[in-house]
Amino acid sequence: MEIKVLGTGCAGCKALFSTVQEAVKQLGIDVQVVKEEDLMKIMEYNVMSLPAIVVDGKVVSKGKRLSVEQVKELLK
Amino acid sequence: MIQGFADWLVYDICGLSPESHWGSAINFFIYDSVKITILLFLISVIMGIVNAYFPIERLRRYLTTRKLYGLEYLLASLFGAITPFCSCSSIPLFIGFVKGGIPLGVTFAFLITSPLVNEVAVAMLAGTFGWQVTGTYIASGILMGVLGGWVLGRMKLDGLLTPWVRQIQVKSDKNSVEWESGKQPFAKRFPTIVRDAWGIVWGVFPYVLVGIAIGAGIHGFVPDEFFAQWMGKGDWYAVPLSVVLAVPMYANAAGIVPVMQVLVAKGVSIGTALSFMMAVVGLSLPEATLLKKVMTWKLVGIFFGVVTITIIMSGYLFNWVL
Repeated sequence: MEIKVLGTGCAGCKALFSTVQEAVKQLGIDVQVVKEEDLMKIMEYNVMSLPAIVVDGKVVSKGKRLSVEQVKELLK
Repeated sequence: MIQGFADWLVYDICGLSPESHWGSAINFFIYDSVKITILLFLISVIMGIVNAYFPIERLRRYLTTRKLYGLEYLLASLFGAITPFCSCSSIPLFIGFVKGGIPLGVTFAFLITSPLVNEVAVAMLAGTFGWQVTGTYIASGILMGVLGGWVLGRMKLDGLLTPWVRQIQVKSDKNSVEWESGKQPFAKRFPTIVRDAWGIVWGVFPYVLVGIAIGAGIHGFVPDEFFAQWMGKGDWYAVPLSVVLAVPMYANAAGIVPVMQVLVAKGVSIGTALSFMMAVVGLSLPEATLLKKVMTWKLVGIFFGVVTITIIMSGYLFNWVL
């Protein structure tokens, strides 16, 4: 599994990144959470609202600051 | 009710006199912070609900596929007003618009209104200046987006976008990919909306406090009509001067409005104060560097120039109307 957090470095995106890291830790799965800050790469995912979470190349959440619980739900 | 609470706390419990500098400054501070925090939370929740149900994708499709005879500028501008302003989303939205083949001017209309009219600015203005000023601010923010976008659209600036954006624009497709959208029942969404609203309140709370504290200080210690001498209504140069001073400044509405309120109370005209605020929140150096990712410096310059002029114009309009 590969998890990416898309965001251009604003507060909301940073918050989501650490939320996702926390969720991964709590679930005890061994994956690398990558932060994608390059706008050109972000736009390849066709998202208009950030921050977004991409799991295995598929956008699973966008424009929302999720809680740890919600992220865990998404990753199951 | 909130005033009663502030009076009780400051005058009865702490035993300060309403006539003293400290008494009036602290009372003002407590009253304003409580009122603004409540408003900010309520408006953030309302905006959150609107946003959760606002069909961004549908609007985009609507803008690309219909001929709207100028109405598209108004729609894009309204859209900018209701989306929560986050610098991280405005550029992707900009590119999303370009990708869908929406004309550059219409996209600019969105980009102008988006930072100007947002939940924080609305809550702060409503809490300090009341609904008449807030309404005028929202209406003129939207109008400025329409006007600025239309002017910029007329100038045919597409060649000044950065090459990769230009490429996206050339390849733009009116019936481009369906953008995925998730449907969720309201009961499931509402907790998230409330949590986000709290997030906004906490995020700007320090700025509100600093702003109100500065405001309260001026309120209690600077003599009335002090600013009237140099930022009053009569001086024609007051508006352009305050706008030009404000463009490089970077603060959010939460910090700037409480200070403005006091400046107005001390004789600065409301139009001058509002256009100052628009220039502070609408144009800033951090925004310029963000825009640089999608535009050449020349285009950033033209964009800032046009917006600055519309802000100055609206400043005169405010002074005249309010």
